[in-house]
Amino acid sequence: MSAASRAASGGQATKLNRREFLKTGAAATGGLVIALHFSTLAPSEAALAAAPAEFAPNAFVRVAPDGAVTVIIGKAEMGQGVYTSLPMLLADEMDADWTRVHCEFAPVDPAYNHTVFGIMLTGGSTSIWSSYEQFRKAGATARALLVQAAADVWTVPPADCRTENSFVIHTASGRRAAYGDLAAKAAELKPPAAVTLKDPKDFKLIGKPIHRLDTPAKCNGSATFSIDVDRPGMLVAVLARPPLFGGKAKSFDATAAKAIPGVRQVIEIPRGIAVVADGYWAARRGRDALKIEWDEGPLAGYSSAKQRADYAALAKTPGVVARKEGDVAAALAGAAKKLEAEYELPYLAHATMEPMNCVADVRADSCEVWAGSQFQTFDRMTAAQAAGLKPEQTRLHTTFLGGGFGRRAVPDCHMVLEAVQVSKAAGVPIKVIWTREDDMRGGYYRPFFYHRLAGGLDASGNIAAWTQTIVGQSFLAGTPFASMIKNGVDGTSVEGAADTPYLIPNLLVDLHSPSLEVPTLWWRSVGHSHTAFVVESFLDELAHEAGKDPYELRRKLLARAPRHLRVLDLAAEKAGWNSPVPPGRGRGIAVHDSFGSYFAYVAEVSVAKSGALTVHRMVCALDCGPIVNPDTIKAQVEGAVIFALTAALRGEITLENGRVRQSNFNDYQMLRIYECPEIEVHIVESTEKQGGIGEPGVPCAAPAVANAIFALTGKRIRRLPIRAGDLRSA
Amino acid sequence: MLTLVVNGNRSTVDVDPATPLLWVLRENLHLTGTKYGCGMALCGACTVHLDGEAVRSCVTPVSRAVGKKVTTIEGLSAGLTHPLQRAWIELDVPQCGYCQSGQLMAAAVLLRENPHPTDEDINEGMAGNICRCGTYPRIRRAIHRAAALMAEGKSR
Repeated sequence: MSAASRAASGGQATKLNRREFLKTGAAATGGLVIALHFSTLAPSEAALAAAPAEFAPNAFVRVAPDGAVTVIIGKAEMGQGVYTSLPMLLADEMDADWTRVHCEFAPVDPAYNHTVFGIMLTGGSTSIWSSYEQFRKAGATARALLVQAAADVWTVPPADCRTENSFVIHTASGRRAAYGDLAAKAAELKPPAAVTLKDPKDFKLIGKPIHRLDTPAKCNGSATFSIDVDRPGMLVAVLARPPLFGGKAKSFDATAAKAIPGVRQVIEIPRGIAVVADGYWAARRGRDALKIEWDEGPLAGYSSAKQRADYAALAKTPGVVARKEGDVAAALAGAAKKLEAEYELPYLAHATMEPMNCVADVRADSCEVWAGSQFQTFDRMTAAQAAGLKPEQTRLHTTFLGGGFGRRAVPDCHMVLEAVQVSKAAGVPIKVIWTREDDMRGGYYRPFFYHRLAGGLDASGNIAAWTQTIVGQSFLAGTPFASMIKNGVDGTSVEGAADTPYLIPNLLVDLHSPSLEVPTLWWRSVGHSHTAFVVESFLDELAHEAGKDPYELRRKLLARAPRHLRVLDLAAEKAGWNSPVPPGRGRGIAVHDSFGSYFAYVAEVSVAKSGALTVHRMVCALDCGPIVNPDTIKAQVEGAVIFALTAALRGEITLENGRVRQSNFNDYQMLRIYECPEIEVHIVESTEKQGGIGEPGVPCAAPAVANAIFALTGKRIRRLPIRAGDLRSA
Repeated sequence: MLTLVVNGNRSTVDVDPATPLLWVLRENLHLTGTKYGCGMALCGACTVHLDGEAVRSCVTPVSRAVGKKVTTIEGLSAGLTHPLQRAWIELDVPQCGYCQSGQLMAAAVLLRENPHPTDEDINEGMAGNICRCGTYPRIRRAIHRAAALMAEGKSR
């Protein structure tokens, strides 16, 4: 019996139907109910073929007779490290020989559903905390069975045996049996009802800087991303999609495209016109040779300037209340000092290094898809529906992801949909490749956000009132996640502002969610990517207005937030906040929690006369609870800083005449190695609740930089990206 | 028909001579370690060696490679033994990994020309390679480490 079907027949959280999904979702997200608009969730897929002599006690691990231990993960590896950290959890409890541990991506099967969200997805910086017990239990179960198998052979009580490095050892006699040799025997035993997990002091892998399992394959070109997948008879498709979101083709002429050698077919699908060719180059040339008359749709003539004006006007009107404490109107009226400000943050592209792509092979009675997917359950279901097949006839293979950042967790599954539709129509396996320009102009951006704030200080300089009106598109609206919108408030638009930990007696956060044809999506750190910038910048403004040290003011306002305080203090200490700033430099601080983790940064910057900004040093302190792999955490923070600075210094998607202006890395620029600051990461030793690590390093890096710029120049950054023109000396 | 020598292997391909080398490597020769990132020589993901020089294969017509030795990431070393690969593994440089073939191929030329690069030299030599995951601090450390490994190898 295969590992997954064994798990399925075991009846443990496997037959997931809509009602259960809703239940799980509701319980897990603290009352947020996710309505699933798909008709059914996929039934169990026949999964991993374990060879007869292999031992597969649950869906997550196989032990081969030669001792190789394979850990199967339902999560996608996009650089964040789950390909190593999840096996570490399992192998530690199993006492497996780490040098014999391999990792493998799971098929789509309910056994691998997210323990909280009830579908297969990788996102929200949830993989570690939501799998922590599951993977440890899976390892402990395997260990218990191997011990039982050895004890049966030796006719000794299991309690007299211990395990070490993939061996069961009878302590009294010193007899040893290798896990591989016990595999066949263990496979015949029934798993125990309960297992005991290790005391953390006995961890051998968890908490240690273990080398990543995927590094070698990523150093010789052998790691397979979906763009690398090849199938017999496969052709490549490049699509012409509408140049304006919401537009569509009125008519097209494919004569010139079809004349290009290598072009085989031109196929229209709902999202565009696909040129199918022997390879990318012919497909691309063919696509560019299509003559298409477009219906521009509702965005014709639209521009970022209009959007800014519309949003600014909207921000002056009351929105839907997301948080209300005290009486802000009265507090502002009675304030000794009042400060008002408007902040603006642009659309941002994920710009994963691997452009969007997908391979689909649709046959009369089967459909296979290869995708770098963060949303395997939805992607597979969509593929089945588009192919006109049953879910059990449809397989989705998860490959390595050449970057995700949320872009490959798409509720409408368009990446998979296109490939399946083209393959079905073409009758051959198809790889759809988005050019970089297609990817950059393809939408699904972090929404453009506009914030309008007012703050009131009392006579002693304490913050008495804070109002914040937020304007930005909701990307949950119209998706299977729409019912997460509560009382008109999309939590992903206000998170990080409405739930501020700062003790402010009179507080109002409200929201406008205008709709627009520009597709938007979660982007590494989601709502926190804009709210943390605004909250941490405006708090800094109020601190300076009150004549208070921005660090000390934060300390006071966080008196009842010990985890925030701890990281704030640690970052300040390590950065030498109270020591003189090096000549010519400015220092700024920011603190924020997101995804269950707590981060503080101190930034050191300088600004040239030309306005050119240099970020010299970023000191980070974080508390994410009990850690699994400290080196992965460091890597994620280094990456988060660079990701955040890239956005703050360069990132901007704008619309002109309804079209996206940016196209490639020349006009949507990435930070490069010579711009990379010195990054120090300090991890708080913590036994508090576990949080995430992939995203929470992003939000408060940029405001620390902006606050440092203010400290140095007196110039307040209220619009991102930071422009040299804003900082140039007069 | 064009004849190419890639990683020491001779092959003939029937392609339009204007086709970028990148797509011939990936689609005709099935050497998919070399990546498509931008198609405009902006990101460096497609970096390969042409007679030992780093080139952007996404903008290099395949005809330019005829009569020259092409080296891709698959041919950088046998068994991950190049000092850069050893250093990359020791410091766990990659995250998503997509850009790393190009990073390694660019770094290999840098180190060959300058066995003891300073931070400034690294900034200059690696400026053309983008990493969206932000592995730059580790790329820098790993190049220094590889330089040290190379020096150790020579002094033995």
